[in-house]
Amino acid sequence: MQIPLSWLKEFVEIDVPVELLAEMLTKAGLEVSHLHYIGLPQTKVEGVRYPQSDHLVWDRERLLLGAIREVKPHPNADRLVLAMVDYGGAELEQCVTGAPNLFEFKGLGVLPHPLWTAFAAEGAEVWDGHSDTPKRMTLKGKELRGIYNKSMVCSDKELGIAEDHDGVILLREQPRTAHGQPHAPGTPLADVLGDVVLTVELTPNLARAWSVLGVAREIAALLDKDLRQPSHQVIMDGAPINGQVFCEIRQPALNPRFTLMLLRDATIQPSPEWMQWRLKLCGQRPINNIVDVTNYITFEIGQPLHAFDYDQLVARVGGQAPTIITRLPEAGETLETLDQVNRELQGENILVCDTAGVLSLGGIIGGAETEISATTRNVLLEAANWHFINIRRTMQQHKVFTDAGVRFSRGVHPSQAILGVQRGMELMRQTAGGQVAKGVLDLYPQPLPMVQLDLPIREIERITGIAMEATTAADYLSRLGFDVTIEGPVLHVTVPDHRMDIGTGVIGQADLIEEIMRVMGYDAIPTTLLDDLLPEQRNNDALQWEEITRDLLVGLGLRENISYRFTTPDREQALIAPNGRDLNAHMDYVQIANPISPEKSVLRKTLLAGLLDNVRANLRYQSLQRVFEIGSVYFARPDQELPDEPRRLAIVFAGARQATNWSIKTSEDVDFYDLKGVIEGVLRGLHIPKFSFTRARHPSLHPGRSAALLIGDLNVGAFGELHPVIARRFDLADVPVMIAEFDLDLILGAVNGLHHIQPLPITPAILEDIALIVKEEVNAADLERLIWQTGGPLLKDVRLFDVYRGPQLGEGQKSLAFSLTYQTDEKTLNDAEVAAIRKKVVKAAEKQFGAVLRSI
Amino acid sequence: MLDQLETLREEALAALQMISDSASLQAWEGQYIGRKGALTQLLRGMGGLSPEERPIFGKTANEVKQILTAAHDERQQLIQDRELAQDLEQGEIDITLPGRTAQIGGLHPSTQVLRRFYQIWGDMGFQVYRTRDVETDDMNFTMLNFPPHHPARDMQDTFYTTQPDVILRTHTSAGQIRAMWEYGDHGTKPIRVVLPGMCYRFEQITARSEVQFHQIEGIAIGKNIRMTDLKGTITEFAKRMFHPKAGVRFRASYFPFTEPSMEVDVECCVCGGKGCNLCKYSGWLEIAGCGMIHPVVLQNGGYDPAEWSGFAFGMGPERTAMLKHRITDIRYFWANDQRFLGQF
Ligand SMILES: [Zn+2]
Repeated sequence: MQIPLSWLKEFVEIDVPVELLAEMLTKAGLEVSHLHYIGLPQTKVEGVRYPQSDHLVWDRERLLLGAIREVKPHPNADRLVLAMVDYGGAELEQCVTGAPNLFEFKGLGVLPHPLWTAFAAEGAEVWDGHSDTPKRMTLKGKELRGIYNKSMVCSDKELGIAEDHDGVILLREQPRTAHGQPHAPGTPLADVLGDVVLTVELTPNLARAWSVLGVAREIAALLDKDLRQPSHQVIMDGAPINGQVFCEIRQPALNPRFTLMLLRDATIQPSPEWMQWRLKLCGQRPINNIVDVTNYITFEIGQPLHAFDYDQLVARVGGQAPTIITRLPEAGETLETLDQVNRELQGENILVCDTAGVLSLGGIIGGAETEISATTRNVLLEAANWHFINIRRTMQQHKVFTDAGVRFSRGVHPSQAILGVQRGMELMRQTAGGQVAKGVLDLYPQPLPMVQLDLPIREIERITGIAMEATTAADYLSRLGFDVTIEGPVLHVTVPDHRMDIGTGVIGQADLIEEIMRVMGYDAIPTTLLDDLLPEQRNNDALQWEEITRDLLVGLGLRENISYRFTTPDREQALIAPNGRDLNAHMDYVQIANPISPEKSVLRKTLLAGLLDNVRANLRYQSLQRVFEIGSVYFARPDQELPDEPRRLAIVFAGARQATNWSIKTSEDVDFYDLKGVIEGVLRGLHIPKFSFTRARHPSLHPGRSAALLIGDLNVGAFGELHPVIARRFDLADVPVMIAEFDLDLILGAVNGLHHIQPLPITPAILEDIALIVKEEVNAADLERLIWQTGGPLLKDVRLFDVYRGPQLGEGQKSLAFSLTYQTDEKTLNDAEVAAIRKKVVKAAEKQFGAVLRSI
Repeated sequence: MLDQLETLREEALAALQMISDSASLQAWEGQYIGRKGALTQLLRGMGGLSPEERPIFGKTANEVKQILTAAHDERQQLIQDRELAQDLEQGEIDITLPGRTAQIGGLHPSTQVLRRFYQIWGDMGFQVYRTRDVETDDMNFTMLNFPPHHPARDMQDTFYTTQPDVILRTHTSAGQIRAMWEYGDHGTKPIRVVLPGMCYRFEQITARSEVQFHQIEGIAIGKNIRMTDLKGTITEFAKRMFHPKAGVRFRASYFPFTEPSMEVDVECCVCGGKGCNLCKYSGWLEIAGCGMIHPVVLQNGGYDPAEWSGFAFGMGPERTAMLKHRITDIRYFWANDQRFLGQF
């Protein structure tokens, strides 16, 4: 909301610089996000930080109020005129200008009423009106088509008021001071039009402050000044309204109040300059006096108004006095609204109707048929009140968000309707002439009860920690318009009738405490540290082990990714074949009802699609990629309202095994074993006691180069080389890619947080290497398991250190070389004891796998 | 014979003077004082001497041996020193060549900042409590004093799922009630927890707004928790997270689930409050929303608001990282470009 400081001053005395005012409002919850200076200088206030403004400060000597007395043609140029300006000097100044809005006055001789304008004398600094980017210029005398010119009349843009450069400022009425005194020509322009426009951002609870009056009321409380209430007085000299229009409310819950006044013989014309000027500063384009008054009142007191063409209403019912009815729609009813949309009315849409049909969508937008036009003579003015939640719902239903609708949706108190209709009607009478019908048609079937509540003073201390005198608290509240009486340690509070945000009971007490704190100022709240009872302290094991997993992976050289959790089934389909037996792949997606874009239509069921995309993008910068992600995936469950959100760990390796550089010129590709080594490293780091690997078939993985990870008997996920078909779909066909995805909850469930260590041996170990030649199909792990089984208690470690294939072994044979460690704490072993064990091992291998001992 | 010893001594010492490398020195040693050297040969010829001459000869030969050995050792030291100096000189490498790249992993910046949050809040007795991403409308809004269709809901644009009343949480506050139910024991026990997690808002993705982002929410409930505690606790936090001398400003604000509500600004870490691009020349950076827990929310969590009170706060890890590291585009976070991640 944009509010001119000059308008605020109409309702409250402001004796602090606007910069300090902005800071105070911001701290009180009315954030002033911008100050737009119009000609006035910025003030430096101690302790207040405000962005330095580079606006134009109007030169008090050279930028003056001017009065154009005559507009003469330029003798040598059709597109220029000579404005004869009274700027308070001895003679009129002749300004050469091309301002299009002066041409209609060209050659009319001395004007009967001068046109008031902004006059810039030689040497004045203004913005360059013709420059696209902000550029200052200083006015210098020069010839314009043969006529010497040293001054000018200015546009909004040249003065930094607005972007408008279509013509110069022209006011048809002589500007006046706040006290109504006319400003003389030659008055410094800063004293006439100088202003500061505050942009105030309002949270939804501040509906009461969504007007000049509302902000002024907050300022009055903060500065401890009186609020000057606007007048309710209306001069009514027409026939009584009774009998000229009737009204009926059928849904008082949705339309608590409806008021009407009637103006006859109005003249539709531009509204007065001061009103147009204020609307312009508020960002509202002036239209005509009737429409402008409805907007002006909305800005001024926050009550939206709606004006009907009364004669149209009469015509609709065949010349009768119209009856306005507010009601719910009947089946099949439609309305063409002002924005030329034909709307189907439904459900709880509250409507303003007459006996012939629907007139407007109540509180939101009017119908096209009965709007004010240039030929309107008689104006019926509505100020109504609507239930805020119903208005919001209707706006969402129809996707129409009007200024009036948004205001009503935040909550406007019904008391504002009567003020609005009376102030609006009086301003219409003043600007459009005519006679106001006597009386207000005011339907208010169920007046809102006055809100009263008690606030024990100790509640303030209990919640805020501040011991406060009852009189102090009462003072803060009464500054905001609350009526407070003190009875011992209790405040009896009556809520003013412009507020709908104060509850009753314990909720109302919290509401009041907030108001007391806001007026006191949050800066004045001291700081303390918690001295309340420390609650029971708990570990979060799941998180702790998750973070340790991250650390292990980082230590192993992997970089963490965090990807969008939104995806499409198509993208993941590329990864998981439809008949695949991936973990939970058959379960349904969590589908987004209102996706932000088509590629974010569901929540992910796998982390891999995101990681593969990241890796593909990053391969442009580095030939080696090792990344992981830990995060949730989502499975909708038909048997429960909320989906499952298990955590997953996914790893992707791609490209080279090693980064190349000046010393390492080439690197081998990553393979299955690089990935497996990292997985083993993580599992060991987590002290998972029993894990093993088994050959796995997974639709995303190369059938010969994939494995499942088992913890105990539990399959916790698969890993291996990306299936070439999938690699092509992800545009990764020309690099080796290894992937893994595990159910992290299952892995972390097996973590042994209290693993026991092995004491260090006290006797020397005997190390021995044996190489066994076996057929190609014998798995290394099976042979290793056999060695363990037959080695007995003296065998302490078995490590595969070489796999060899060569001509001397013969086709289909390989040699697996193991390093065996023997040791016992009981004694130092000798060679004979070790040889006996080795014999047993070799014999068993021979028997089970046909292994032959290879002499090394 | 004694003359021979003298000749040998002189000859050997002269020869030694000429030697400048280890190999020659070794040869010299063999020639004169080794097991088959000249001195040994002379000693073997001692048998032809008279019993009177022998001890004299023996003593002299021993003296010669000592002299030669000492001269040898001295020479050896000299040669070794020279050779070492030579080796060291020749061993110079180009130290300007880059080191061999180690394979360095790294945590995502969001994880790093989240851990910092856990640490600071953990020190103050707040433990991590995690809840779900996909929530009921009830938990995310209604229970937090956002009644259905209430205008306060306009503050948070929501992703809905195709399941009625199931949404993606718009804030981690959605876990507040769950935490109160689980730890509060029907409103009989105090609690202090932080709730981190991913939140989702229906917003256009721009440099300043994202459809998903982390939040970390904190709540403290007890019988003696006051607004002064909230202000003090948040101030402590800001000093640890940003700067020990950072100024902190509290402004009134509005969240349906707290009252009084505040927004917290910290003095701009770039300009120290003088005004710069990052703080849009205001000198302040917004870091948190907070407030005293609304009585309705306490009630929904099982607590009697007449007896219990509490505060809640919410912060954004990505926003915090952006302020600390001057990241100007929030889209960097989920793009996972290694040129960005590699800087953390
Ligand atoms: Zn700054």
